Amino acid sequence: MNPVNYLYLAALLFTIGAAGVLIRRNAIVVFMCVELMLNACNLAFVAFSRMHGNLDGQIIAFFTMVVAAAEVVVGLAIIVSVFRSRHSASVDDASLMKL
Amino acid sequence: MSVTAVHSLWTTTAAEGIDKIQAPKIEYAQLAPVLIVLGAAVVGILLEAFVPRKGRYYAQLFLSVVALAAAFAAVVALAAGGYGSTKAHLAAMGAIAVDGPALFLQGVILLTSVVAVFTFAERRLDPVSHGARIDSFAAEGASVPGSEGEKAAVKAGFTTTEVFPIMMFAVAGMLVFPAANDLLTLFIALEVFSLPLYLLCALARRKRLMSQEAAVKYFLLGAFSSAFLLFGVALLYGYAGSVSYARIAAVVDGSVGTVDPVLADTMGNDALLLIGGAMILMGLLFKVGAVPFHMWTPDVYQGAPTPVTGFMAAATKVAAFGALLRLLYVVLPGLRWDFRPVMFGVAILTMLFGAVVAITQTDIKRLLAYSSIAHAGFILAGVIAMSDDGISSVLFYLAAYSFVTVGAFAVVTLVRDAGGEATHLSKWAGLGRRSPLVAAVFAVFLLAFAGIPLTSGFSGKFAVFKAAADGGAGALVVVGVISSAIAAFFYIRVIVLMFFSEPKADGPTVAVPSPLTMATIGVGVAVTLVLGLAPQYFLDLASQAGVFVR
Repeated sequence: MNPVNYLYLAALLFTIGAAGVLIRRNAIVVFMCVELMLNACNLAFVAFSRMHGNLDGQIIAFFTMVVAAAEVVVGLAIIVSVFRSRHSASVDDASLMKL
Repeated sequence: MSVTAVHSLWTTTAAEGIDKIQAPKIEYAQLAPVLIVLGAAVVGILLEAFVPRKGRYYAQLFLSVVALAAAFAAVVALAAGGYGSTKAHLAAMGAIAVDGPALFLQGVILLTSVVAVFTFAERRLDPVSHGARIDSFAAEGASVPGSEGEKAAVKAGFTTTEVFPIMMFAVAGMLVFPAANDLLTLFIALEVFSLPLYLLCALARRKRLMSQEAAVKYFLLGAFSSAFLLFGVALLYGYAGSVSYARIAAVVDGSVGTVDPVLADTMGNDALLLIGGAMILMGLLFKVGAVPFHMWTPDVYQGAPTPVTGFMAAATKVAAFGALLRLLYVVLPGLRWDFRPVMFGVAILTMLFGAVVAITQTDIKRLLAYSSIAHAGFILAGVIAMSDDGISSVLFYLAAYSFVTVGAFAVVTLVRDAGGEATHLSKWAGLGRRSPLVAAVFAVFLLAFAGIPLTSGFSGKFAVFKAAADGGAGALVVVGVISSAIAAFFYIRVIVLMFFSEPKADGPTVAVPSPLTMATIGVGVAVTLVLGLAPQYFLDLASQAGVFVR
């Protein structure tokens, strides 16, 4: 199968993720959409790695996974602490600092 | 490349026996500044685990300051050893550049961090509660605001001394960021300094709901922007077949001798290059807070604990502009006719938007946030110059700006009422009558922000605008001067408010800080005046440092 198709898939997943970040209102779902974007990046790296015949992209994918895991740790800590103090994870409710 | 050939990449070694893998060559001495700070961060985490609660604060403060000072000494030693000029080269297998701009910015980040650590450690602003001195950070970050658990933590006199190692991790990431010489290192450094900052934002002792809200906004938007940056990295990797800056620059220039047939599909594909470059620029412009990626700045600056705001306003900007400079000057100079119009627009929007919206602000931290957006625009004007002067003027501006910022936010922590810091501007009315010294110091910082002669702000702005004008960006200079004039209006307005209006009866008090915050403010004033009155030595230093290694 032509590896370019995986690039189209990666771009599609990235777009779905980005649209989700902009549209969804639950902080957890927004965060999942960000993770989807990171995974789309991974797919693009691996597909390019296959096309170029070097392993850089696959190594980078490992780094991205670790970074995504670290981001989950920090992000869930913050979102859960906000949820516990407000009983809501909606990003619309977090508006104490509007002009 | 055929399927079997690709497949053989990871199968032949297993079939034919394992080849010796070359161990990477790491120049530890030249990476010492980063390694010292990272080591201190790890040791700091261990201190949290093993040192009794009473001694942690002193141990952490001591460790942080010593490590930052040692790292700064290492930077100075490297610069004195010629690594900033003649011996500039790439360390750690080409991942990290040791050159003039990197060392200069690392020095600035480290010095800024030292004075920022002092504000983190300030424990005299609030009265002693339950027999313990308290700082700006939550007694227990995990406890729900207003809950029994929080009251118990406050009563027990807990303090979040973890902020010191967390901050050291952030500093380590910032040290790598302007020195990163491949896109993977760039991304990892970005995350290493961003993740600790998200946590620090959530840890305010007072107004905790606002602090947590700031953290959630910063985190979601920061993660969003770094995903864009990563996709840009992926596209540039697809374009050049490598993430190393030198290799990408060579492919952009078309100076790669032998084009691998497998690369022919993607290498000539300018769509990958343009979209990828734009996405990486987006990620970096988000971090510097340039319009239209500035949305997070006011909320995060306002909600975060003020010492953290000062730290990230100064150090993040230095690190992110360092990375932006390296990207534009080393990787994408071949694209300058493509990105210049875009950056022109971004710089103009950033300068005008920051200056105009700041006028309407009523909260001092938000006002400083919009002022930082305007300053990002001024610095961008220097970045766009695309000349040696452009690099050195940006380096100088960043050095001047970071100390003023840390100092200004340190002054904000001093003006307090019953609810903690009194950040509403109306509360600052008549401050000059109540506490002439604090008001005068703040006035110096505001004048430096406004770019009044004899302050560092003037020298910086002059250098940046001169470089921009010489670099053919005259229009930017005109817009820059206009928005400086607009910005001067609201800085002067705060000064007028402080000195020429009657203090209110229920106005805030000015806390008497410990020598720590005094040192921060003192260093800020000293740097402001020295760089304003005698900038030549530092301008020379910046121009000597203004050559990137490739």
